[in-house]
Amino acid sequence: MVSRVTVKAPEVPQVAGGARVLVEIEDLKLYYGRALALKGITMNLREKLVTAFIGPSGCGKSTLLRCLNRMNDLIDSVRIEGAVRIDGEDIYGPKIDVMELRKQVGMVFQRSNPFPKSIFENVAYGLRLQGMKSGSELDGIVEKSLRGAALWEEVKDRLSANALGLSGGQQQRLCIARAIAIRPRILLMDEPASALDPIATMKIEELIIELKSEFTIVIVTHNMQQAARISDQTAFFYLGELIEFDSTNKLFTNPGKRQTEDYVTGRFG
Amino acid sequence: MSESPTKQQRSIGWMGLKRGHRARPSEWIAEKLIFAVSLSSIVTIFLIFLFVGRMTLPIVFEQMNSAAVQPVIPVERLGSMTKSEVMSYLELTEKQYAGMDQETLRSLMEVKVEAAKEATTTDKDDSVNTTRWRYLLLPQQWSGYDRPEYIWQPISRIHKYNIMPLVLGSLKTTLVALLVGVPLALGAALYISQLASQRVQETVKPCIELLAGVPSVVTGFFMLIVMATVLKQVFGYESRLNAFVAGVGLSLAVIPVVFSISEDALTSVPRSYTQAALALGASRWQAAWQVVLPSAMPGVFAAVVLGFGRAIGETMIVLMASGNASIMSASLLDSTRTITASIAAELAEAVFGGHHYRILFTIGLLLFVVTFVCNFIGDLVVHRLKLRLEGKA
Amino acid sequence: MATTSTGQFRSERKDYGSRVFGLFSGLATLLIMAILAILLGNVFYHGWGTISWRFITGGTEAGMFDAAHAGVFPMVFGTAALVILMSIFVLPMGVITAIYLTEYARANSLTTRVIRGAVNNLAGVPSIVFGLFGVGFFINFVGQGMDGILYPGKPEPIWGKPALIWSSLTLAILTLPVVIVATEEALRAIPQGLREASLALGASKLETIVRIVVPQAAPGILTGAILAVSRGAGEVAPIMFTGAAYYMAELPKSLTDQFMELGYHVYVLSTQSPNIEQTRPILFGTVIVLLVLTFALNLVAIFVRMHMRRKLRSIS
Repeated sequence: MVSRVTVKAPEVPQVAGGARVLVEIEDLKLYYGRALALKGITMNLREKLVTAFIGPSGCGKSTLLRCLNRMNDLIDSVRIEGAVRIDGEDIYGPKIDVMELRKQVGMVFQRSNPFPKSIFENVAYGLRLQGMKSGSELDGIVEKSLRGAALWEEVKDRLSANALGLSGGQQQRLCIARAIAIRPRILLMDEPASALDPIATMKIEELIIELKSEFTIVIVTHNMQQAARISDQTAFFYLGELIEFDSTNKLFTNPGKRQTEDYVTGRFG
Repeated sequence: MSESPTKQQRSIGWMGLKRGHRARPSEWIAEKLIFAVSLSSIVTIFLIFLFVGRMTLPIVFEQMNSAAVQPVIPVERLGSMTKSEVMSYLELTEKQYAGMDQETLRSLMEVKVEAAKEATTTDKDDSVNTTRWRYLLLPQQWSGYDRPEYIWQPISRIHKYNIMPLVLGSLKTTLVALLVGVPLALGAALYISQLASQRVQETVKPCIELLAGVPSVVTGFFMLIVMATVLKQVFGYESRLNAFVAGVGLSLAVIPVVFSISEDALTSVPRSYTQAALALGASRWQAAWQVVLPSAMPGVFAAVVLGFGRAIGETMIVLMASGNASIMSASLLDSTRTITASIAAELAEAVFGGHHYRILFTIGLLLFVVTFVCNFIGDLVVHRLKLRLEGKA
Repeated sequence: MATTSTGQFRSERKDYGSRVFGLFSGLATLLIMAILAILLGNVFYHGWGTISWRFITGGTEAGMFDAAHAGVFPMVFGTAALVILMSIFVLPMGVITAIYLTEYARANSLTTRVIRGAVNNLAGVPSIVFGLFGVGFFINFVGQGMDGILYPGKPEPIWGKPALIWSSLTLAILTLPVVIVATEEALRAIPQGLREASLALGASKLETIVRIVVPQAAPGILTGAILAVSRGAGEVAPIMFTGAAYYMAELPKSLTDQFMELGYHVYVLSTQSPNIEQTRPILFGTVIVLLVLTFALNLVAIFVRMHMRRKLRSIS
């Protein structure tokens, strides 16, 4: 007898039919040296929605995520074929300023990595990079970002304290505040809660649902329930291929592919 | 992103932050500058080879002539001689040459012609060009001696440049340094890595680093002023300053080198080896001697090689404590002279560009090559060791 | 197997091997520490009496070997000037090279391996060879070249002779590996996540290095600087022919002057004093000053490094 994982009905609204396509991924292939890690991914990501990438470990979901802000450029042996277009522009095109791209496509990492600076300076880092000087303007944005990351109340009295003194969950929210301070169009999150305890995880999930109104979010997660809870669309990957991509509701309750169903019901992975 | 066509659809940031900034050319320049500066190490090694070597070329190719009695050059040839030829023939320094005019040079040359006519010595060694390789390396029977000898005696009428006494001196002092230093350093490394508690480790290691920080001139001073007399009283030999005393001083420089590399090698042996041996009933001694030390052998070997390089290249300790008598003697208790001490003691008095000067550069180059090879081998092994410590090999 | 009445896990064999091993290796360790203690103890015992304010601030006008009047200030000044100049040259070169090796260089490319090989070899070059290099390159090539350009026709060399600047440059090359190794160690200790975080916020590589990496590595760089200075202050062979002088009537006033120096002075006093018994106190006093200088620096560096390593262990 097949046991099915009961998936809680997601609280996110159905995908509006007209939500604009922001990211077009067209037959994207990625090679690590000779090995083909992403085998021709084609998908469109829509604006102001949360898209989740799920799949067993090693399936390429993090790799794909890092293609969207070209963090894979840091690895020597990586080669890309195909196109990734944001707002119609191929981000792997010849004239692209990678740093500018990363200012518009932000990232939060699996392990929180706040700078060994004060809480304030962490959030202000991206702004200072762009030349903003100290002053009320800067202070205002820092406060707004910390509020946006649901961290303001907890740290407002100790903005000059070292960020490394915060708890794991707080550090991760700080990293989110830091990322959203520069108002990227897209926010990439690579398993942001995997290193956190359940309560901190819950806070992050609530945060993501709030952030959705301002940012387009793509989140990689190995936690299916998390994907079901917070995402509007879900993409299931396996061994470097995109197996199925649909609205979260549909993917979890009535998956089209056999593999998806097996994974979602916990038969493997 | 700086050329996106659909501007009206783009969301407006809070502050309308500037988008589409160009990559700064200053970045590119900075990167190239950083790379250029990093080449400085390669350039320096190359320059050392070049500029030390350039001084030695006339010696290497036997183009100098250090005979006591040079063939006399007729005065008329003055015009066709190069500046360096004149300087070496008349044995002038730069300064002296610069202060002379053609007339003075002519009269000096005439003096030489006259002196040659009045020369009465018929020493067969007079016309020997002592800078040739066979005189540098092979024993020679000079007049006044009854058998062939290796003699280094640059300051004399017949300049004797045989380098073998110096080479022997360097080897003797290095041997003593290794004989004294390696057992001590290795013993300490075994103790620290296998038996000592964390607290002992944290006390001893800084002490040995401190020993490494003692300037070699202080060690030389200590051996010369304090220990030489003590050692002579204890062991009762003839010369107060000899290869033994210098070697003991050198061992103080060798010990930190051998210790730190051996200790790294021993700690990089996986603890699981020791535990497996102990679990089979071996004693701590058996585990250390039969399991840990053999697998740390490459590192220990490298430590000894690097210690050798350090000892043979050391200058101040041997300059002050070895006695500086350049004799060929197998005894470790005789005063001796090393390559490094000879250069240090004699360079100031050698005529710039003259044969003595260049021979000193030649033995310096020889020393450089020897230590280069030692370091190359030693570093190769240490590099592999580091990879193993980091779990990559 | 011997079964005594008390059980089956006893053995009659005594573990002499381990005892002897423990004894010998422990003894070796003790002996090394003892040598250090004897050296320091002896020097301080004999020299302490000479140390006085006058000794440290006085000069050698009355005569170098005059125990009652000689002072070491010119030597202290010379040593200080020497290492300060040396640091100005070696720190930028060393830190930048280390930054290149850790942040920019491809791990296994030929250039990287050659640079590393060169650094390792520089570390092993005998100090007297550096002295020869200083004479052959700095004095006779660069210095004389400069004289040829700046003062053509002048018979006395201005730059083409032993001078403070040439000694500093020679020592800078000698201590270059020390700075590079210490800086690299500090840079490698910084977790990669910090660099990624900075890049993901749109910083360039250079900005990341300047804003995040180097400030974080500052204690390690400082350690390298301190170790280099300590090493430079103690080396004598490289400066013997490139600038140190037996006696100078005045303090060095320009880069082209020669100078008196602590280490060189110890050598001179030890080997060239007319009456060694009379000179002993001054000699021991000078050695103490030199040792205090180098040791203080070394100890500071060792502690900074230990503190850094402990902090790292507690974070990860």
